[in-house]
Amino acid sequence: MDPLILLTGTVLSGILLAACAPLLYRRLGAYAAGLALFPLAIFIQLCLAIPALAAGATWQAALPWVPSLGLSLNVKLDGLGLVMALLISGIGALVIIYGGAYLKGHPFLGRFYSLVILFMTAMLGVVLSNNALLLFVFWELTSISSFFLIGFEHHKANARAAAWQALLVTGSGGLAMLAGFALLGKITGSFEISQWIESSAAVIAHPLAPAAFLLILAGAATKSAQFPFHFWLPNAMEAPTPVSAYLHSATMVKAGVYLLARLFPVFGGLALWPVVVTTLGLVTLVGGALLALAQTDLKRLLAYTTISALGSMVFFLGLGTSLAVKTAVAVLIAHALYKGALFLVAGSVDHGTGTRDIAILGGIGRAMPFTAAAAGLAGLSMAGIPPLLGFIAKELMYETTLESTLPALLSGLLLVANVGMVAVAGWVGYRPFWGQPGQEDLHPHEGSAGLWLPPILLAALSLLLGAFPQLAGKWLVAPAAQAVWQATLSVKLSIWHGLTPMLGLSALTLLLGIGLSAARQRLQPAIARFWHALAKFGPAALYPRSLHTVLSFAAWQTNLLQSGYLRLYVGSIILFTVVLAIFTMARQSIQLVLPTISPPRFYDVILIGIILTAAFLVTRARSRLATMALLGSIGFSIAVIFLLYSAPDLAMVQFAIETLTVILFVLVLYRLPKFKQLSSQSAKITDMLVALMGGILMTGLMLIVSAHNSDAHLARYFVENSLPLANGRNIVNVILVDFRGFDTMGEITVLSIAALGVFSLIKLAAGGKKKRQVPLARGKK
Amino acid sequence: MVLLLAITAGVLFASAIYMILRRSLMKILVGLLLISYAVNLLLFASADLIPARPALVAADSLLPPATYADPVPQALILTAIVISFGLTAFAVVLMRQVYGTLGTDDLYEMRCTDVPCQEVEIASEEELLEEPL
Repeated sequence: MDPLILLTGTVLSGILLAACAPLLYRRLGAYAAGLALFPLAIFIQLCLAIPALAAGATWQAALPWVPSLGLSLNVKLDGLGLVMALLISGIGALVIIYGGAYLKGHPFLGRFYSLVILFMTAMLGVVLSNNALLLFVFWELTSISSFFLIGFEHHKANARAAAWQALLVTGSGGLAMLAGFALLGKITGSFEISQWIESSAAVIAHPLAPAAFLLILAGAATKSAQFPFHFWLPNAMEAPTPVSAYLHSATMVKAGVYLLARLFPVFGGLALWPVVVTTLGLVTLVGGALLALAQTDLKRLLAYTTISALGSMVFFLGLGTSLAVKTAVAVLIAHALYKGALFLVAGSVDHGTGTRDIAILGGIGRAMPFTAAAAGLAGLSMAGIPPLLGFIAKELMYETTLESTLPALLSGLLLVANVGMVAVAGWVGYRPFWGQPGQEDLHPHEGSAGLWLPPILLAALSLLLGAFPQLAGKWLVAPAAQAVWQATLSVKLSIWHGLTPMLGLSALTLLLGIGLSAARQRLQPAIARFWHALAKFGPAALYPRSLHTVLSFAAWQTNLLQSGYLRLYVGSIILFTVVLAIFTMARQSIQLVLPTISPPRFYDVILIGIILTAAFLVTRARSRLATMALLGSIGFSIAVIFLLYSAPDLAMVQFAIETLTVILFVLVLYRLPKFKQLSSQSAKITDMLVALMGGILMTGLMLIVSAHNSDAHLARYFVENSLPLANGRNIVNVILVDFRGFDTMGEITVLSIAALGVFSLIKLAAGGKKKRQVPLARGKK
Repeated sequence: MVLLLAITAGVLFASAIYMILRRSLMKILVGLLLISYAVNLLLFASADLIPARPALVAADSLLPPATYADPVPQALILTAIVISFGLTAFAVVLMRQVYGTLGTDDLYEMRCTDVPCQEVEIASEEELLEEPL
């Protein structure tokens, strides 16, 4: 397959298809499940690519997008991307089929198809991107489609709140990640991930590397629901079950794990890496499993064990040995298969009985045989029982911890988490189907094939890969692990290793887990009480508080900046102008040059005296008539100044306009409000200070400008060409009507529009009793 | 004279800003008028001030006399005067209409796009305008 077709075929056609999906659904109805053919086609293409990629080849293609930002459509498919893409497209196809049956007749089914395909495209984009900025774009696109899918039942307040929470948590992590990418881009001078890997030695030596690493880790941890950001994932279970299966267990939440694996060759050598990543993963691994034990809802049980499984993947990536990398990849594949299947089973159970509560469910296996079979197989894989893939993953886990530097501690903690997993596997995969029925009559019934075939296929794949471990090892785990390790690794998975400590630990896990599973009714209430008592110290309680803080800060600063008082707006504009002007003058060290003082002429002094007096008095005038008179005296004095200093045209216009203005005012004066004393004394003093600063600034600017003689060649051109080109002897006149004639036409247009406005406003009748809005009494200034 | 004009324009700017910062729409209108005077003076003083030498070409010559006042700022001011008259005319009528409709010219009572408000009954225009000048 041509790499460019890979790029355009998946990403672009995916987006197109997502846009058309609602329309297709309206046309095709139930046949719209045929949309699954799209991911299926990708899946088959990828399957065909496995041999080449397993042999170490990579596919790469690049198209420039925004070269100035370092952003290019640069895609690369290697072993790690292949495993992820196989999961995304394969499970995607099953989820589209399942979703069509699960949401049959739902008014938003078309939207569901559209969003799932959009998500799938974005997720494929994440795992195919070789450009970090491109990866970020797709990463955010998965967050956004997840937001819409969690809030799918948007009439429910819970769903909306959960959608918002997921978006805020993963979105803020995404921003941190972008900052980390920017730092890495600065360190290496490139946004190509392959370039980062090549220059990893330089990256690690750079002082900013820990900051970049921690920022990117924040993005990965929020996306993959690591402690303390895990709380959004159980709440995201508000989404329809196929969405939970697809986004919130099999694929999207693994994006963080994927990113860590992808950047392992870059940051793996950092001293911080093993400490931080291992701790993060371990806390999440154990915490998730223990939290799961308190749940009775099928989906929440699965959500918390998903958190635990994600924690284990992060933990093994943190350990960072070649064996640990293999383990992480194996766990990733095994988990996606069994957890995806179990989520789909939970949806089918909900669909067939109307409940997901394991305290009520029981004995429905006879009525739902296919679902029960899928649940059984997937549950066995989750519990780690041979010959399923989950068993092989668990053996690898124990092998890795036993070979680590702290074998006892790490294996012990892993054992605790795995016991929890086994118990939950029993509660989810066995109890609802074959356990003691509750009091309620559930009337269970098996749904259509669309509801049981996909989980059976997924569970069967767990069995197939578990039964033929060499297959999984050679074609899936090895290429992916090599892409992470950046060197050839031999992966030989097998079910039987002989009597090893790992086998012993596995058996112990099973024994304890089955015991715990059987003792559910006695133990669970106590565990639930324990976690409930701790809840108020958890990060989930911190979330609403921090959200509230952010919102009240936003309200505070909005009230401060958008007060609705014109006075504050204008005042702050003037103050800032003054400050910026002074700052600029100080930086440019501009000297205020006083012009040469010539003794002023007698009438200059008189005119300026009139203007100054009138300008002062007008601010204190209480009567409208006096104000008009004062304004008029300023205008006429200025006109005389124009006349004295060689501007007869200006003087004539100013006289005419002053007269017109006076007439205008007289016409409407009686219809204007009287002057009132509204402002307080302190406000007046503040305003006076602001006005004084503004005035002084303008005087200063004028003096600076007049000290620099402007280049007069514009005037020279007009003067020299006035008579020859325009046949006019009054140069000001010629400029206005000839040289700049279009400006004057624009001016005339403005005047006509103003005249039209005046006319229509006068025509607008205003009379009779009316109501108006006034601000509520508080907040008087 | 440049210094004097600069000070005059500064004072006009100061009183214009002060008036624009008032609460009453009427006073803001006065501020607008003042600021256009100030801007005109600023433009006028940006060229050299030359008494009694307008940029006119005599009937028997091709060029004006050796010294003449710079015509470019004058052309600018001419436009500015006319435009500011259009602005003033429109603002006066708008203000009249606002007052007639709302029964107040206090800007602090016109913030309902930004703060919570309540509805009150207002006096008719006739009642409002019975006040003496």
